[in-house]
Amino acid sequence: MTLKIERVKGDPVALDGDRAVAEAMRQMNPDVVAAYPITPQTEIVQRFSEFVANGDVDTEFVPVESEHAAMSVCIGASAAGGRTQTATAGAGLAFMWEVLWVASGTRLPIVMHVVNRSLSAPLNILCDHSDSMGARDAGWIQLYGENVQEAYDNAIQTVRIAEHPDVMLPTLHALDGFIVGHNVERLELLPDEAVREFIGTYKPEHSLLDVDHPVTYGPNDYHDYFFEHKRQQAAAMEKALEIVPVIGEEYGELSGRYYGLMEEYKLDDAHFATVALGSTAGTTKVVVDELRDQGIKAGLLKLRCFRPFPAAAVAAALGNKKAIAVLDRSVSFGAQGNPLFLEVCTALLTHGFAPKVVNYVFGLGGRDTRPAQIHQVYRDLMDIESRGLVGPTLRYLGVRE
Amino acid sequence: MAINLKQMSAEQDLLAPGHRACAGCPETIIVRQVLHAIEDPVVVATPTGCLEIVSSPYPYTSWRVPWIHSAFENAASTIAGVETMYRSLVKQGKMEDRGIKFIAFAGDGATYDIGLQFLSGALERGHKFLYVCLNNEAYMNTGIQRSSATPLGTWTTTSPVGAVMPGKKENRKDITAIIAAHNIPYVAQAAPHAWRDLMTKAQKAVAADGPSFINVLAPCPRGWRFPPEESIAISRLAVETCVWSLYEVIDGEWRLSHRPSSKKPIADWLKSQGRFQHLLRPGNEHLVDTLQQAVDREWAKLLERCKVAAS
Repeated sequence: MTLKIERVKGDPVALDGDRAVAEAMRQMNPDVVAAYPITPQTEIVQRFSEFVANGDVDTEFVPVESEHAAMSVCIGASAAGGRTQTATAGAGLAFMWEVLWVASGTRLPIVMHVVNRSLSAPLNILCDHSDSMGARDAGWIQLYGENVQEAYDNAIQTVRIAEHPDVMLPTLHALDGFIVGHNVERLELLPDEAVREFIGTYKPEHSLLDVDHPVTYGPNDYHDYFFEHKRQQAAAMEKALEIVPVIGEEYGELSGRYYGLMEEYKLDDAHFATVALGSTAGTTKVVVDELRDQGIKAGLLKLRCFRPFPAAAVAAALGNKKAIAVLDRSVSFGAQGNPLFLEVCTALLTHGFAPKVVNYVFGLGGRDTRPAQIHQVYRDLMDIESRGLVGPTLRYLGVRE
Repeated sequence: MAINLKQMSAEQDLLAPGHRACAGCPETIIVRQVLHAIEDPVVVATPTGCLEIVSSPYPYTSWRVPWIHSAFENAASTIAGVETMYRSLVKQGKMEDRGIKFIAFAGDGATYDIGLQFLSGALERGHKFLYVCLNNEAYMNTGIQRSSATPLGTWTTTSPVGAVMPGKKENRKDITAIIAAHNIPYVAQAAPHAWRDLMTKAQKAVAADGPSFINVLAPCPRGWRFPPEESIAISRLAVETCVWSLYEVIDGEWRLSHRPSSKKPIADWLKSQGRFQHLLRPGNEHLVDTLQQAVDREWAKLLERCKVAAS
């Protein structure tokens, strides 16, 4: 692909993550948005409803009676051949679970903005990654952003990724509830025309509204074909591993902000590495800088693309480290480790590496994760290295025990 | 459009033959009646259930119209999504207005039970679509389990007849009245033997300015335990005994579509189907009386709603 994109100057504004996503949605001007309010996503639907009420978008907004209906409306709307988006959080994403699989299995390029929230019980509206990690096998591409700028940038890129003819998979991007969703930060918005040009127009291969060429969507499909269809879906997910950075590069040409599958922060010569998703990567960067000032070779691997998982790149980035800590903001109860940890370990093992790796669960239910705690993680890694002993693999950070 | 049997017989069925419905299944008859009645192009959604299973075994399809199946509970939301996209694209000038009509065909389980919230939401939001309930009064696709459309006293595999239980212990839900309470422009009940009535109702429904709903009785030979050649006769008997009534609710006004010349006793209805045989055993006369009283009460209520004199 040749890139002939003229760099545009962004408009600096101060917005919280939810509003930034709503702005991105306004600029993308989807044909249909169906959404239901849930903290901490509500501000997105509220703000977007104002855009609809003021005629700032052409979108038909469907204020559904539940998240399950939101995704169900999106499935019908997307199969009808136009651009379709929704937004949700926590329990709302869990309520969609059944139809998340329908969306991906039907190969519908729906875009979803997820403002991460923990899952009940006990009831908790604050951030962790239980919701999107719970949906990790549902066949959706998953991107994670560190801050408000990345939430905005990811929102715009999801459309291009989802609709890429070699991909055609629903795509979600996640931003940490409250921490990114409700905190006001400085960011640059692209001009409306630049966003519209970047996402282009969507031409579906098959549409339910093409009544002259009737298609059957969602037949029953048994042992004789189902497996092949799932294999094709897996192949599309593998293909997305190539497409995500291509779109990220193109977005970089436009905005000056380049995106890949992951970001390596002072990782190249690091001895001690952490792996994180979302806003905690920001906190970790501060800690890495402080450690580097002390002469400690600390580094960070911030993963952006969790589904598909960039195993080769992760393994290449981490394989030679002396000790690694994987930070998980969700729990997979009874598992040998939590979702990010298991992916990282498998990537290392299958690429011939066996460094010392430990797993920390942190920040559940919105528990604040401070630099001091991340410092503790690096001290633990140095301790592991100096003793030559890993100790307990599964650890909890910042919990009273 | 006038309904002309001769002309209809020359038209292509939009649900192709070769589907896998059971012998005597009225669902495919009803679908063909509805699709023959509507002149405009249509898009159809069907939830998981008998109709979906028999009409779309990949790589085959019986649908000569655009068709989507998503899940069991969400046919109303799915077709609402299609209809919304149509409105959006036409409004934006991205496609031509072809006068497309949107239809969901769903069973009673998908309508009365698991999909009620989705249907209620879509009706309240005013999406312009016709929702047809193919009401065979139980979960037939999974093998005859009771639903909230199953009448009192009926044998099903989850309301079996045992030493202490005489079939289903609860009354069925009056979903048509519940739908009418949504204040949508067109609501009706129909049955496949009254084909002209059913087709006229389908035409009125899609012409309505908003959501519409038709609850169609779909006598199921397998689940109701009667010979497959009797489906249409059973449909007629349901109306003659007043266990199923034909009516419309147009902009809130109730209208009776058909009044049997003489109301047949419920015993005739019970005798016609295996699912009621236990009710006819000696010692169960009180149950038959209870059922007759319930039919009489519901019929009287309907006549009152339709402002028709009882005698």
